Amino acid sequence: MDALFLARLQFAVTTVYHFFFVPLTLGLSILVAIMQTIYFRTGDEAWKKHTEFWGKLFLINFAMGVVTGIVQEFQFGMNWSEYSRFVGDIFGAPLAIEALLAFFLESTFLGVWFFGWDKLSKRVHLAAIWLVAIASNLSALWILLANSFMQQPVGYTLRNGRAEMTDFFALATNPNIWTQYPHVLFSGVVTAGFFVLGVSAWHLARKSNPDFFRRAFQVAALYASIGAVMVILVGHSQAQHMVQNQPMKMAAAEALYQSQDPASFSLLTIGDLSGRKEVFAIRIPDLLSLLAYNQFTGEVKGINDLQAEYVKQYGPGDYAPPIPLIYWSFRGMVGAGFLMAFLALVALYFVLRNNVEGSRLLLRVLPWAILLPYLANTTGWLMTELGRAPWIVFGLMKIDQAVSPASVVSGVSVLITLVLFTLLYGALMAVTVYLLRRYARVDPDIETAPVGAY
Amino acid sequence: MDLNVLWFILIAVLFAGFFFLEGFDYGVGILLPFLGKNDDERRVIVNTIGPFWDGNEVWLLTAGGAMFAAFPQWYATMFSGFYLALALVLIALILRGVAFEFRRKDERATWRGGWDWAIFIGSLLPALLFGVAFGNLLRGVPIDASKNYAGDFFFLLNPYALLTGLYGLVLMTLHGAVYLSLKTDGELSARARRIASTLWLPALVLLFAALAASYGATDMYSKLGVNPGPIPILGGVALLSVIWFLRRQRDGWAFVMTGITLVTTVMTIFMTLFPRVMISTLNPDWSLTIYNASSSPYTLTVMTFIALVFVPIVLVYQGWTYYVFRQRVSRKSLAS
Repeated sequence: MDALFLARLQFAVTTVYHFFFVPLTLGLSILVAIMQTIYFRTGDEAWKKHTEFWGKLFLINFAMGVVTGIVQEFQFGMNWSEYSRFVGDIFGAPLAIEALLAFFLESTFLGVWFFGWDKLSKRVHLAAIWLVAIASNLSALWILLANSFMQQPVGYTLRNGRAEMTDFFALATNPNIWTQYPHVLFSGVVTAGFFVLGVSAWHLARKSNPDFFRRAFQVAALYASIGAVMVILVGHSQAQHMVQNQPMKMAAAEALYQSQDPASFSLLTIGDLSGRKEVFAIRIPDLLSLLAYNQFTGEVKGINDLQAEYVKQYGPGDYAPPIPLIYWSFRGMVGAGFLMAFLALVALYFVLRNNVEGSRLLLRVLPWAILLPYLANTTGWLMTELGRAPWIVFGLMKIDQAVSPASVVSGVSVLITLVLFTLLYGALMAVTVYLLRRYARVDPDIETAPVGAY
Repeated sequence: MDLNVLWFILIAVLFAGFFFLEGFDYGVGILLPFLGKNDDERRVIVNTIGPFWDGNEVWLLTAGGAMFAAFPQWYATMFSGFYLALALVLIALILRGVAFEFRRKDERATWRGGWDWAIFIGSLLPALLFGVAFGNLLRGVPIDASKNYAGDFFFLLNPYALLTGLYGLVLMTLHGAVYLSLKTDGELSARARRIASTLWLPALVLLFAALAASYGATDMYSKLGVNPGPIPILGGVALLSVIWFLRRQRDGWAFVMTGITLVTTVMTIFMTLFPRVMISTLNPDWSLTIYNASSSPYTLTVMTFIALVFVPIVLVYQGWTYYVFRQRVSRKSLAS
């Protein structure tokens, strides 16, 4: 068995799966904290009920995010030992800081929040959920700083056969983070917004507790709208950053084989079976230049030219990522993103007209739209990570140099763990979906399960 | 003292904290299906660690992160080398973590019973395997000139490491039993204390067996000398005294003593290892040390500042949570 392929597959499975849960944690922790803040400010018991109802769903999701995150902390050493040796001087720091600064805070105060309803003053208890929300989003920041180094290495020098940190401040202010972090942050907001919208719409369509869910719908429509619009705006800046720093990723995302000035945007490109040649394409003239530079001219480099350039710079090799995967991931993300912005704004329109139940169609569509952020989140990461191929650290280390030696971690070993993780994750996904559906469908007035104890 | 030494100590402290805190969590998880006679009791048992276990587990993740940041070669060699064992630990921790959250979500006996066993397995496997891993660190493992592990999974399952694994397992179970007698009341507390009394002798026997076996299997005695100093002796004395406190129902003191034994065990392991972090059985020169496995001085400096600021903060707020949830858990306190 090819250990490299299996290790990559395992990383994809465990990381994509982990990120099914992360965005909802990021966005919903803030939303629940906002709900509890309103309760704290107004004393309105309805908002307490909202905090509890959405908090319950938050906790199910949070548990999955935490446990699948444990794997992330260790699998660089397990499957990517050569990578760990090469970048450990830099890459280990943000992971350790994440644990110390954010993960401790998040885990400790989640326990305080859940078990502390009757044991703490209202103010301290409110502080606990805000600490959870802040820590979760702080945690994402440090993880993305680690990832940013892979996208755009900064603050290092090559010494002693490895990359060594020379400037921590440069690492912590990596130019890549300024667009990547808000993009992830707001995708969390969108994910949570659509989650609450979808659940609320489901209830409203059935006229179950409309007073309760109308309120949730209103908050979530605003939340999702802000998130969806911001994700697109930030994503636009991120694409411009990408054109500058990882032009190959952009070229692959656009299936742009030849450099163009002005560059056209692909509506549909079909390549040959090798994925390396355009067979058929429908393109909108000038649009890609506009996206890349905010003007109608400007060269966007194509895959073939970049390949030739990289061969000259880095030596012989294939520097193109798997183009069809990147191309379709990009379309999946952007398509889902715009569809979400449209749906969120439609929902907001009905909220502003004070007629949330006005469209039966919308109420029927929104529960299914819960899936859209998951599509966008996953394809977004696939594009980000696969689009960097063949590099694991852009320009510094290739993926095939990074894997643990086969003499240490054999293909059979990876296959065993891959099967185990896949089976376990599959089973847990079934349980999680079952629990989320079940608890999302309960009328919050009837539910009497105890809060504040297991 | 140079920063390499400081980080070696800091990682030792993180593991000591981890075993002290998560040690009783594992013990509680292992005892859960046996000690709890009905669902009410099992709920009480789970709730004794409810607010804490997640924060306790972060000690392990921080130790892992600190190894990566300060000694990346150690992180890379150990976790690729102990690949299957670590994967088993991770799977156990995943199962256990969700089990705490999921078990209460359904009233059915089969559902709860299933998650109780997940908590049991998820606590038992790490409690055993961490001891196996540390036994192998003490004994040494085949590491080649390029810092790669040259053994296989079954090499790790040698009698010495299994013995240290069993010692860790029984000691953490004892620690958990004492914790339960401290954190529950009435009949349940008394039963936990009885189990603790029963576990005390096996734990003590295993400690001395492990110490005896260490004479042949490790260089602990030549490293620490005939008189190993106060730390290992304190550990032995603390474990000896546990039964004295249990008989007098001084559960708090008994808990302090099992905690001291866990902490001094970790300290003794790290004192024996120092300045090595992984001993090569193939060639002493190929051992990983705090110098040839470390990050650059710059990274160690940056990380030192961060650790010196944030470790105390973490200790303060985690300590505060133990104060907030200091009361014993009972059926009555859960019903209210």
